[in-house]
Amino acid sequence: MKDVAVIGIGMTKFGELWNKSIKDIFVEAALKAIDNAGVGHIDSMYVGAMSGGLFVGQEHIGAVMADYLGMNPVPATRVESACASGGTAFRQAYFEVASGSSEIVLAGGVEKMNDGVDVTAALATAADQEYEVYNGITFPGLYAMIANAYMHQYNATREQLAAVAVKNHHNGFNNPNAQFRSEITIEQVLNSTLVADPLRLLDCSPVTDGGAAVILCPLELAKQFTDSPVKVISTAQASDTISLYERESLTSLKAVSDAAVKAYKQANLKPEDIDLAEVHDCFTIAEIVASEELGFFDKGCGASAVEEGKTSIEEGTIPINTSGGLKSKGHPVGATGIAQVIEIYEQLTGQAGKRQVKDARIGLTQNMGGSGASCVINILEAL
Amino acid sequence: MITPKYVREIPQRYRLEAAKCKNCSYISFPPRLVCPKCKSRSFDTIRLSDEGKILTFTIIRVSSDIFSHQTPYGVAVIETSEGAKLMAMIADTKIEDIAIGKKVKLIFRKIRDEGVSGIHCYGYKAVVI
Ligand SMILES: [Zn+2]
Repeated sequence: MKDVAVIGIGMTKFGELWNKSIKDIFVEAALKAIDNAGVGHIDSMYVGAMSGGLFVGQEHIGAVMADYLGMNPVPATRVESACASGGTAFRQAYFEVASGSSEIVLAGGVEKMNDGVDVTAALATAADQEYEVYNGITFPGLYAMIANAYMHQYNATREQLAAVAVKNHHNGFNNPNAQFRSEITIEQVLNSTLVADPLRLLDCSPVTDGGAAVILCPLELAKQFTDSPVKVISTAQASDTISLYERESLTSLKAVSDAAVKAYKQANLKPEDIDLAEVHDCFTIAEIVASEELGFFDKGCGASAVEEGKTSIEEGTIPINTSGGLKSKGHPVGATGIAQVIEIYEQLTGQAGKRQVKDARIGLTQNMGGSGASCVINILEAL
Repeated sequence: MITPKYVREIPQRYRLEAAKCKNCSYISFPPRLVCPKCKSRSFDTIRLSDEGKILTFTIIRVSSDIFSHQTPYGVAVIETSEGAKLMAMIADTKIEDIAIGKKVKLIFRKIRDEGVSGIHCYGYKAVVI
């Protein structure tokens, strides 16, 4: 297998992009990445998209995007793993380059969620339709069940959950592409509307339109295109039961720990070697549990760690979601995993402005689907 | 609503039929072709009892459109007395009485109306006792 590098990035602003179609959004992000990398062509492309069919009534997303990007006849493949579609598309693009079958490959993701459909019903298709969703559960509801079990088992507080949202909004304030660039307080989180007890509106990532793309190539060619390539040193993926109710532990996300063990082994690293991480905070409780499964904190200690500032840019031992995370930056489902890679790329190349983590050398992305039935982890290193 | 899709789930939804692994005794609800614990492909069909307890729960305040006339409502992960697990809406119970560890009884109820013609779909719900 060849060593693989990321040589260019591009994304749209995340938010309610009423005047842009799913094609406009993807093509804007992809063109930015192609121009940023300075490549004249691409050999292949992967597009992460959770549900073009439900959100805008469009499937065959790979072909649609290759056409509108003016890239016919390159092979274009749509990758779907619910909310982990983007991170998984990146992994597939990595393999195509690592195998030697292509040189310049685009990995992108897109979702257009604000087009008037029942978003709660569309997102719920990432859970078991016949035995979970049939009985009235929603996505916030599934993570709320994890939150209740976690608070019961570890005596975590509502304030500790809220601290995740406050931190991520603080980080997103300095991200020009974030959907919500506003600081919030613990009190605002605790007084926001209940969505699924104990989770409130400000515990939840928003409904977002957005696209993101990166360009990968063999490391040996990377210097032709950029002075600051970032090497992909690990990519790992795991799966777990589709239904939350069948898990042995309701306070764990086993696909995250299974993928993490593989990712660290592949990169010959330990959790303490990671300088910063983009973690899948679709809900505040998700960041807490995932940060434990990634080995940054012991089980049951992730909630207090946030409150103590251990995950902040300013004083953290492991800054988490410097981009603002899904919470503040926004969560256009299929684009999220790619946007996580973009934040790590900006950090490792010293382009993160006021969000910059000092001396960042190694960054990790953790992107998961459903209530944790799939997870993909990518680790990148500055050269 | 596609009627065949509904009809084939009736043994589970009406009678709580589950599959008990002949090799390791794991109970899968709904039945599967492969045991997730030991990979065995041999099962006995059993009926779950109607007794269980709440392992975790939430109160849904914002639902998908199909359930919006029922909010707020509770949904819980239930462990039955046999050790099988399932997810069920809570019925006939005050919201403040729903808690982890509470005992429940599973009952037969209408779950939802589906499609343009509003076909009634039935199944199990849980009542805190
Ligand atoms: Zn078995």
